[in-house]
Amino acid sequence: MPLPLFYFFALLMLVGGICVVALPNPVSSALSMIGSFVGLAALFIGLNAYFVGTLQVLVYAGAIMVLFLFIIMLLDLKKDSAPKFSPATLGAAVVVPLVLVFQISTVISSREGSDAFAPLNQETLSAAAATLVHKNDDNISADSNIIADLNQGELPDVNIIGQKLFTHYNFPLQMVGFLLLVATVGCICLSKKIATKPVPAGQSAAPSRSSEKTVDKTPRA
Amino acid sequence: MPEASLNDYLLFSGLLFAVGLAGVIARRNIIVIFMCLEMMLAAASLTLVAFSRFHTVDGLPDFDGQMLVFFIITVAAAEVAVGLAIIVALYRARQTINTDELDALKG
Repeated sequence: MPLPLFYFFALLMLVGGICVVALPNPVSSALSMIGSFVGLAALFIGLNAYFVGTLQVLVYAGAIMVLFLFIIMLLDLKKDSAPKFSPATLGAAVVVPLVLVFQISTVISSREGSDAFAPLNQETLSAAAATLVHKNDDNISADSNIIADLNQGELPDVNIIGQKLFTHYNFPLQMVGFLLLVATVGCICLSKKIATKPVPAGQSAAPSRSSEKTVDKTPRA
Repeated sequence: MPEASLNDYLLFSGLLFAVGLAGVIARRNIIVIFMCLEMMLAAASLTLVAFSRFHTVDGLPDFDGQMLVFFIITVAAAEVAVGLAIIVALYRARQTINTDELDALKG
């Protein structure tokens, strides 16, 4: 990714992140978070990770942040929006990340060797295709679609990720599917209304049938 | 035109992680804290993708890093769903999501 473009998207990401922390209203925090994630997705695409960048926009900026916005608006948090920071937490919030950034920049600057990315162009991709056909190991299978794309100078990352997902990462994929199922069941259990008190006989006739059922389930003391 | 190098990406992902950490420490609204946690996860994903691009295997990026990002995004989605359900249940029970007022477990 060319340097000016990189700095534009990186600053978009960083300014969005700072706005999430600094803005008092949670709705504006969520909106600036979307901006931050769009910048991050652009950085992913600049790293030739097209699939991950698309996923970042679709899942994070699309689904997850909309869920956040739903919950913020559902809870109606406008009334207690005045943030008051104690000096101790504010000091910790400045010092601890600064120490972290100092450590990271020290480690990065002490890194030896070249830090430039290997080019991905028509030549190198065709060479990669030739190596794939020649080697024919089980890391990335020499599928005809992958070879054709590589010979045209395109990186078939969705194809490769899909292949890896259903061969090498088949077990983790199924575990993640199970995790999503468990999360769904957990959400339903958590958001089910639990009637804590048995409703008096005069009121139980008024609510709908479904709430009567929940009342019936509660143990009578 | 000069290209962005690995160190640039690592530095900016570290900065994004630090901003998220500052938010987790400073903010008192539990939803914003949760968003900052997501931001820290995303910063880690940027590091993974940068290393995946840097470490080429047979001339192609090392896709194992991108697979890990795929799983991180999936787990983060499950985490957000459960976490927000817990926050809604908490709000129903206590009528607040300010972490200063949620001190039932304080010793």
